[in-house]
Amino acid sequence: MTASAASAAHPLPADWRDFFALTKPRVMSLVIFTGLCGLLAAPVSIDPVIGFTAILCIALGAGGSAALNQWWEADLDAMMKRTASRPLPAGRMERTSARDFGVGLSAASVMIMGVAVGWLAAAILALSIVYYSVVYTVWLKPRTPQNIVIGGGAGAFPPMIGWIAATGEVTLMPVLLFAIIFFWTPPHFWALALFVETDYAKAGIPMMPVVAGHQSTRRQILVYAVLMLPISLAPFWLAVAGWLYGASALLLSGVFLLLALRVAVFRGGAGDMDMRPEKRLFAYSVLYLFALFAALVADRYLVG
Amino acid sequence: MTLPSTPDPEQERKRIQRGRNIAVGLLLLGLVVLFYFITIARVGG
Repeated sequence: MTASAASAAHPLPADWRDFFALTKPRVMSLVIFTGLCGLLAAPVSIDPVIGFTAILCIALGAGGSAALNQWWEADLDAMMKRTASRPLPAGRMERTSARDFGVGLSAASVMIMGVAVGWLAAAILALSIVYYSVVYTVWLKPRTPQNIVIGGGAGAFPPMIGWIAATGEVTLMPVLLFAIIFFWTPPHFWALALFVETDYAKAGIPMMPVVAGHQSTRRQILVYAVLMLPISLAPFWLAVAGWLYGASALLLSGVFLLLALRVAVFRGGAGDMDMRPEKRLFAYSVLYLFALFAALVADRYLVG
Repeated sequence: MTLPSTPDPEQERKRIQRGRNIAVGLLLLGLVVLFYFITIARVGG
């Protein structure tokens, strides 16, 4: 067989960049940041090497579950403009490669976390991987418009794992860190779903705007934004965080609520191309989470 | 004017494979270094 005939029979192997893309690096940056903040905000010091390993394992676990998510959703991704160029729907990689890569990364992250950092943190990391790749991706996402609400738990694990990696125990604070991201997720994703609704509808994913409509989604965004205020302030009220965090949480959550209120009263319809309040809330929600967790760490080191 | 030539598939295959080999090599090297320092930290701690 000639070289060209062999090439035709066997497509090109996937580039390493495609494997990297499978890990959803942009999402991973938020995961690393919140995990690091959980680790740094904990009231005990941790060996830098062990701390680095914990964050690396959180990142590897997130990357592994993202690869498994893309393996499972390759057909859905092909139907949406936003995701059609990913390695699997674009045909640059075999599905089994993505699956094996995801399983390998996930298993390695849990094993290394267990051996190097601690088995409690490893167990919660394993739980977060299963939660995202099975509970959310396979079970909830295609079945219920509440997919984002319950699935939001998957993204809420990293700061909890970071904290537990440092302290070795589950206390109130890591649960509060979990709750902050859990309640932040629905308004963040629904704001996105409002202006990419046509894509989700085409793929048959029951996102809230597709199932319940725009007005209902906007009202629910407002409800979660209202809930965010006391939840984000809880670490201050319970005296786990100081005034710097409290003031930052009040200001940041106040602006979040204001932007959500503008989304709630906005009367743009499904055909409206200019979803400015939704786009603004979505962009701010990313900044919000970065700033809130940065304030938590700053408070720990500056206020104590 | 000449038309842009399409890359030779075999050359492209070799280029991708080389890139993957380098990536795997760097990953393994990184893990060796990491495990070394983890061992030092755990034994020393």
